[in-house]
Amino acid sequence: MWHLLPPLLDGMKTTLLVTLYSIAVALVLAFAAGFGRLSKSRTVRGVTLVYVEVFRGTSLLVQLFWMYFALPLLLDVRIPAMSAAVLALGLNYGAYGSEVVRSCVLAVPKGQTEAAIALNLTPRQRMRRIILPQAWRMMLPAFGNLQIELLKGTSLVYLITLSDVTFRGMVLRSSNMTETPAIFGWILILFFIVAFALTRLIRFFERRAAVGRG
Amino acid sequence: MWDWSYAWSIVPELIKVVPITLIATFGGFAVACLLGLPIALARRARSRWISWPVTWVAEFIRSTPLLIQLIVLFYALPNYGIVLSPMTAGILGLGIHYSTYLAEVYRGGIESVPKGQWEASRALNLTKAQTWLRVVLPQSVPPTIPVMGNYLIVMFKETPTLSAITLVELLTTAKAIGSHSFRYVEAITLVGVIFLLLSYPSGLLVRRLELHLKRRERSVEAK
Repeated sequence: MWHLLPPLLDGMKTTLLVTLYSIAVALVLAFAAGFGRLSKSRTVRGVTLVYVEVFRGTSLLVQLFWMYFALPLLLDVRIPAMSAAVLALGLNYGAYGSEVVRSCVLAVPKGQTEAAIALNLTPRQRMRRIILPQAWRMMLPAFGNLQIELLKGTSLVYLITLSDVTFRGMVLRSSNMTETPAIFGWILILFFIVAFALTRLIRFFERRAAVGRG
Repeated sequence: MWDWSYAWSIVPELIKVVPITLIATFGGFAVACLLGLPIALARRARSRWISWPVTWVAEFIRSTPLLIQLIVLFYALPNYGIVLSPMTAGILGLGIHYSTYLAEVYRGGIESVPKGQWEASRALNLTKAQTWLRVVLPQSVPPTIPVMGNYLIVMFKETPTLSAITLVELLTTAKAIGSHSFRYVEAITLVGVIFLLLSYPSGLLVRRLELHLKRRERSVEAK
């Protein structure tokens, strides 16, 4: 049973890499689109709304397939599986994350904005010093959940030929069918460990964000 | 690059498999609804011997990918003599995975009933069945309905994962059409459009239901 672990751990590296890159892309997009939805300009609001609804309304796997099979034909370029995976996962969870950003910014009590205006802070200072730190604290638990969903979503990249942990499992399985339960049992345990670690990480950030605030 | 006449020609082929996707969605949802209830109740159980293991198993299922769980059901169970069809494995996999989410929804609903309601039921000498059926459930079920609607939509969007266990649903069909003619753009885009056309209006419907329930709750409180 232990001989299965090294190749699976090797595949886990790809899984973790895809996870980290996608989290970074998703986080940037979540803030960009979240603020886009709150923009004064109708065009910006409209464009971000379409982005959010399209990526939330279609399925992640369909988006992965689209980025990998359709987009290269449309643009007439080769897109490596890794880029397609990060693009699809980032865009998808960025769309979900933008709703978190939007609702948390809106959830900061209005009195805070008013007080900041009364103190003559510029709009930029108001956002950076007053609104965002409070909103950030509210965003963290939801981001934590999305992070776990994203991690689970990375298992799908195997279907666009990336050699992640699932792919390695399938290769191992093809050489010895009787080991199928052990292989996928291991993969489940590996995912659980990573999810657990990510949850701890978010808790750490939550505690840090709570320092000095009621 | 985009060929409209070709796109229209493959629409009927795609529409034909929509029922398969819907059967998997509703089948999975039914399993999830049924299985979620005992999980929610077990997590609330007073005995730690029941609540602790159930909590951990549910946590494990929730933080591991559906794809791997489907592979276990479809490819690993035959090693123990249990052979499932792709549809059965898909419905079971979706159902078991999302039962852990629905259990949380149920738990939230039950816990949202104020403690005073339980105490009042006791004071009124209601039996346990009466307390649950007449007091707790009527208050805890309505707020969970929109959330459950959202999970139904989430599950619908998860069905393409079942293509990994050879279920011929929308995405598998699109891929087959694409590989015939090497025209992936139209087929896969259309699958996305079908998903959007079905899930977006359902999402709006759920949102309206949610607003309606909130308004009703407020008017009840006002009385």
